[in-house]
Amino acid sequence: MAYNFKEMMSRPERLVGGHRMCAGCGGTVALRNVMKAIKPEDKAVIANATGCMEVSTFTYPYTAWTDSYIHNAFENAAATASGVEAAYNALKRRGKIDDTYKFIAVGGDGGTYDIGFQSLSGAMERNHDMVYVCYDNEAYMNTGIQRSSATPLYADTTTTPSGMVSDGKAQIRKDLSEVMAAHRIPYVGQTTLIGNFKDLMVKAEKAIYTKGACFLNILAPCPRGWRYEGEDLMAVCKAAADTCFWPMYEVENGEKWTLTYEPKNKLPIEEFLKLQGRFRHLLQPGKEEQVANLQAEVDKRWELLLKKCSM
Amino acid sequence: MAIRERLSGNEAVSVAIRQINPDVMPAFPITPSTEIPQYVSSYVADGLIDTEFVPVESEHSAMSAAVGACAAGARTVTATSSAGLALMWEVLHIASSDRLPIALALVNRALSGPININADHSDGMGARDCGWIQLYAEDNQEAYDNMVMAYRIAEHPDVLLPVMVCQDGFITSHAVQNIYLLENEAVKSFVGEYKPENYLLNAERPMAVGPYAVTNYYMEARRAMAEAMKNSAGVIQAVAKEYEGISGRSYGYFEEYMTKDADHVIVIMGSATGAAKDACDKLRAEGKKVGVLKIRVFRPFPAKELAEALKNVKTIAAMDRAESFSGNSGPMAAELKAALFDAKQYPDIVSMVYGLGGRDITVEDMESIYADLEAGNFESKGLPYRYINVRE
Repeated sequence: MAYNFKEMMSRPERLVGGHRMCAGCGGTVALRNVMKAIKPEDKAVIANATGCMEVSTFTYPYTAWTDSYIHNAFENAAATASGVEAAYNALKRRGKIDDTYKFIAVGGDGGTYDIGFQSLSGAMERNHDMVYVCYDNEAYMNTGIQRSSATPLYADTTTTPSGMVSDGKAQIRKDLSEVMAAHRIPYVGQTTLIGNFKDLMVKAEKAIYTKGACFLNILAPCPRGWRYEGEDLMAVCKAAADTCFWPMYEVENGEKWTLTYEPKNKLPIEEFLKLQGRFRHLLQPGKEEQVANLQAEVDKRWELLLKKCSM
Repeated sequence: MAIRERLSGNEAVSVAIRQINPDVMPAFPITPSTEIPQYVSSYVADGLIDTEFVPVESEHSAMSAAVGACAAGARTVTATSSAGLALMWEVLHIASSDRLPIALALVNRALSGPININADHSDGMGARDCGWIQLYAEDNQEAYDNMVMAYRIAEHPDVLLPVMVCQDGFITSHAVQNIYLLENEAVKSFVGEYKPENYLLNAERPMAVGPYAVTNYYMEARRAMAEAMKNSAGVIQAVAKEYEGISGRSYGYFEEYMTKDADHVIVIMGSATGAAKDACDKLRAEGKKVGVLKIRVFRPFPAKELAEALKNVKTIAAMDRAESFSGNSGPMAAELKAALFDAKQYPDIVSMVYGLGGRDITVEDMESIYADLEAGNFESKGLPYRYINVRE
């Protein structure tokens, strides 16, 4: 898909300014750009799970969304979008509406990997014509940085604090993009904010304009939870991709795996860790084994992914 | 022309849904309401209706999808029972606070535990404070009639609240009774087109639903719901009046059965009303002044009208097919007592819990209740709060 940066960026904003998301929030940048991947002439309905994005962009009586938008609860953005899409099919069939609508469900990793996982799985299996966008900031940020199943090994969160006898989270992270690929839905894209957003925008456009249930998993750092300065957002994302902590790839119909970004030099995991306060405890003397464990986990997943992409 | 049929309660409600042909039905199976989505999906499969049937993966998602569909501008229906309604609980509040006129066919069943698939009202009573209108049916005919009336109440601009159409699991949902159906066209023209003022798929005017609204707006939103619930009372009556015109069947907030001159009245809801009426008939033949008052509309609760109807009554058995664990009474009994207290009426009221988990209640049981009421037999058996047909 040809990518015209200038054309894409000059499209009208659909998630406009004035909302209350933090400076340096990856989720807002991700969503603002996913929304731009919808053709300006097409309409959209956004179904948003409870979370930062919802409470900060739709604080009564204001909304930052130019499209129709529905927040229902924490765990049901996918089911809610299912209902909206079903209504669209019914009303279109009965000749009551004629515009083209796109359906975007949005959730953080809490609303997607965890509490909304069943709702997501159901909606994907039913293959509703929608895109579920997870802005994955690797913890429950809205309630104050509690761990989720997307939180990486050893991350310091408020429910997995590092301490005298704790190295932070004791478990490895769930690989939700692979779980979604196993649903054999038409399209799964995993991406983050890199360079001129080409990877994000191309995947968003593909997901939005592929018929059926599509899933985008966007690593979207959180300055509060990850503890970086807001202006370092892009550097943190770049380090996630260049260390292969967060590989960027896509899967079509659960079968065709394609790597969309391969770092020239795969960097050691420390290059990602050192940018964030949540891993500060790992970069102390005596924690070399933990860093090595994390590196081994990243390497193992990367090698497996390369195999899938070369098949 | 009315159509004579023999249908189970589930099929009767399903036929009403077929005649209404709603836009969207998300549903998940649970005993004893499972047949309703089964019937509707067979109507869709046979091309009788073109409802978008969404076979969701849970009741939570059923109500979540119903909220999405109704907010999008679709007339929406779902069905459930017991644990299914309990799983929906969070979203029931959202449906009503978003002012979405969804209809839910509730086939009343006991809540776990112990797990039990049979009739009682613990599911409906557990959802009584969710901002939903609740209509309870005595039999298949009422279940059908209430379903046909549901959208006219819910979609009224002064109401815009969701409606639960309740019937008793198995006793009503699975037992086949003679029933009168309306012609398809009669239902279609009675129910009419759904034309929401605001909806997500309105290209001219996008809408945002479900805001974050804290201390500065939340209370007004809840108050508006309470006002809408109060408004629904008049609408329920007006719709029933109009429905009487096409069906010949008359409905109110409640049915008064030989209560006009009664000293002793059983107040009850749902399928066990028939046993009370039979006992009443028998005792009336013996010259006893007894009656039955069957509540049809539990939300909104017709407090003033109940007080008026019961103003000359000496003793009342307020019969709940649900326990609320207050230690004082069942849930309906508590509301009835409050209604009478506000009206400064102080008959003796005994709260009776019966029929939990499908436990039988017979005409003889009802006779013994009347006998107790007549004897003023309250304190001798302890508190005016007791169980019928239970091993003590």
